[in-house]
Amino acid sequence: MNQTAQQVEQVIQQRYKAGFYTDIDSDRIRAGLDEEIVAMISAKKNEPEWLLEWRLKAFHHWQTMVGPNWAHLNLPPIDFQNIHYYAAPKQKDRPKSLDEVDPKLLETFDKLGVPLHERARLAGVAVDAVFDSVSVGTTFQKELKEAGVIFCSFSEAVQDHPDLVREYLGSVVPYTDNYFAALNSAVFSDGSFVYIPKDTRCPMELSTYFRINARDTGQFERTLIVAEPGSHVSYLEGCTAPMRDENQLHAAVVELVALEKAQIKYSTVQNWYPGDENGKGGIYNFVTKRGDCREDDSRISWTQVETGSAITWKYPSCVLRGDRSAGEFYSVALTHNHQQADTGTKMIHLGKNTTSKVISKGISAGKSNNSYRGLVRMAKRAHDARNYTQCDSLLIGKTCGAHTFPYIESANASAKIEHEATTSRIGEDQLFYCRSRGLDEEDAVAMIVDGFCKEVFKELPMEFAVEAKALLEISLEGAVG
Amino acid sequence: MLKISNLHVAIDDKEILKGVDLEIGPGELHAIMGPNGSGKSTLGYALAGREGYDITAGSVEFEGEDLAEMEPEERAAAGLFLAFQYPVEIPGVNNAYFLRAALNAQRKARGEEEIDSMNFLKAVRESLKSLKMDEALLKRAVNEGFSGGEKKRNEIVQMAVLQPKLAVLDETDSGLDIDALKLVAEGINAQRDGKRSFLVITHYQRLLDYLTPDRVHVLSDGRVVESGGEELAERLEAEGYAFLEEGSEA
Repeated sequence: MNQTAQQVEQVIQQRYKAGFYTDIDSDRIRAGLDEEIVAMISAKKNEPEWLLEWRLKAFHHWQTMVGPNWAHLNLPPIDFQNIHYYAAPKQKDRPKSLDEVDPKLLETFDKLGVPLHERARLAGVAVDAVFDSVSVGTTFQKELKEAGVIFCSFSEAVQDHPDLVREYLGSVVPYTDNYFAALNSAVFSDGSFVYIPKDTRCPMELSTYFRINARDTGQFERTLIVAEPGSHVSYLEGCTAPMRDENQLHAAVVELVALEKAQIKYSTVQNWYPGDENGKGGIYNFVTKRGDCREDDSRISWTQVETGSAITWKYPSCVLRGDRSAGEFYSVALTHNHQQADTGTKMIHLGKNTTSKVISKGISAGKSNNSYRGLVRMAKRAHDARNYTQCDSLLIGKTCGAHTFPYIESANASAKIEHEATTSRIGEDQLFYCRSRGLDEEDAVAMIVDGFCKEVFKELPMEFAVEAKALLEISLEGAVG
Repeated sequence: MLKISNLHVAIDDKEILKGVDLEIGPGELHAIMGPNGSGKSTLGYALAGREGYDITAGSVEFEGEDLAEMEPEERAAAGLFLAFQYPVEIPGVNNAYFLRAALNAQRKARGEEEIDSMNFLKAVRESLKSLKMDEALLKRAVNEGFSGGEKKRNEIVQMAVLQPKLAVLDETDSGLDIDALKLVAEGINAQRDGKRSFLVITHYQRLLDYLTPDRVHVLSDGRVVESGGEELAERLEAEGYAFLEEGSEA
């Protein structure tokens, strides 16, 4: 029995392993949001004039907007004047290599399982590590450069590749797009930039690890991926934050551009702090992610495993502009305790013979609410476009909710749209069957949930599929019984 | 091995078993027969520990341990196995993975080492072969898309791999054609080593033709109303359960 008590203790300890705080001097701009703050952020980054102007336009536009209220979420009002929009660990100069990065930062990422230093790096995965508002370093720079691939922090890209940034920034998600996209455009601090040249297959997986550390700070990163004709890239992102009683805002924008025959695969394992079992604290994750299949035969695939955040509000989308372009969305969204998620995708079919596939798996436990919201739009000229949507919900216990809001708009009679949806509860008979074979209740639930998510997990790169599975198991501890 | 004394079991306060007495020794194979609604499946579920099957009086001892005190997975680790009348589907969970996880969970609970994949695969392949089942079944999800007969045979495969001390087979014969029935019977007989015990719940005598039970019990209205040797099964086959009506309370 003593052993059991120890195991329980371990489980509680590991429930949110990333919940620690790194004590590091931080260079932080005062709280609040006004033109001066926007200009200060821009100045910190030594940005060109055009970018400051773009930020200010976004800020003025944001001031004319009101926050969205249509989601199936219970969202308390956010005091935007009480947030710090920029916090960066103090460093003397911009470190020229990872050797110059503060060891405390390296240690933090080590602890999170994302070692940045040479000898322990993840094999075959280049990592850009973002700590609060800035990128602290990017691994495998040399190897990528040889292939002609640009993978760096957004701030570096603004300095080193301003023309590329200027050409593509806001071209998929304009600052007028929505409330949080406008906010992000005004105050974004860092993020990742990826450029894959023509006919190049990126030699390794690229990934960004986002870490929120400072208190009362928002994280507003921007990621831009441009895939030239015939190129191919697989990109992953992971996210964590310390455990705190206050909510923290994370409002990112991700833009993907796929040119002719290019392929972009974008995977997310999101594990922001979800708040405690009474719903106190946690991250508000309000993210705009959109991919533009700008030219013919391009392909963009989104895979997301969402287990964290107090509130998740995001719809990774594909604009299928090029003929025969393809969009995919694979999602596992798990909510427990008081977590809320309103997530899904938008597939906008503009070109001929465009195809899209949506596989969404929602898992709700505790007192959580989990909604799938998806739009499939077939434009007038989208001849013979096809969509397949499958949307499954799994309920654990009797106090959680699952909701499905499909929106289908078709202006072309030749388009084919299929939608399937199921809702099931983890059956008492399934649990008993597993237990009668010797599996304990938690292992049985983990196994049933893993089976339920199989179709999505197999889209993830191997090591991340393992991580995602482990994350689900930890997130579900105590969900039954 | 198993000692059931004056067992009363209720589901939602409705009493289904009304005082069952039954004792099974090591190496013995007992059969339980009886009409629909007599409480046969309830007995199987109560032994395996299904939630909602409340023991309201009496006791069940398995190798001297009080079963009522044990969780279903603890009973499994102690060596009790229930072959389900309606095996459950678990979508997306690979059959081989499921069985290996179950076996290792049991071994871990008993303080034994986990089985390696080589030895595991060897054991599974042998039992699949003996039950004439396609190896491809290992890669499919647990019971998903299996035919009725495949599901039943899969239960016997699980039994062969898990090697329980006592296997309770709940109408494993129903829905099987004669060839499958013979394979299942062979699967059971292959496990009979003079130590393992079996409790075979069935409607019909035909499975017992291949099993040679040590004892046959007739369950009616929640009680064992008749016990005897193999000849009792033959009599039931010939006369039906009608003779029970004649009031033998023995």
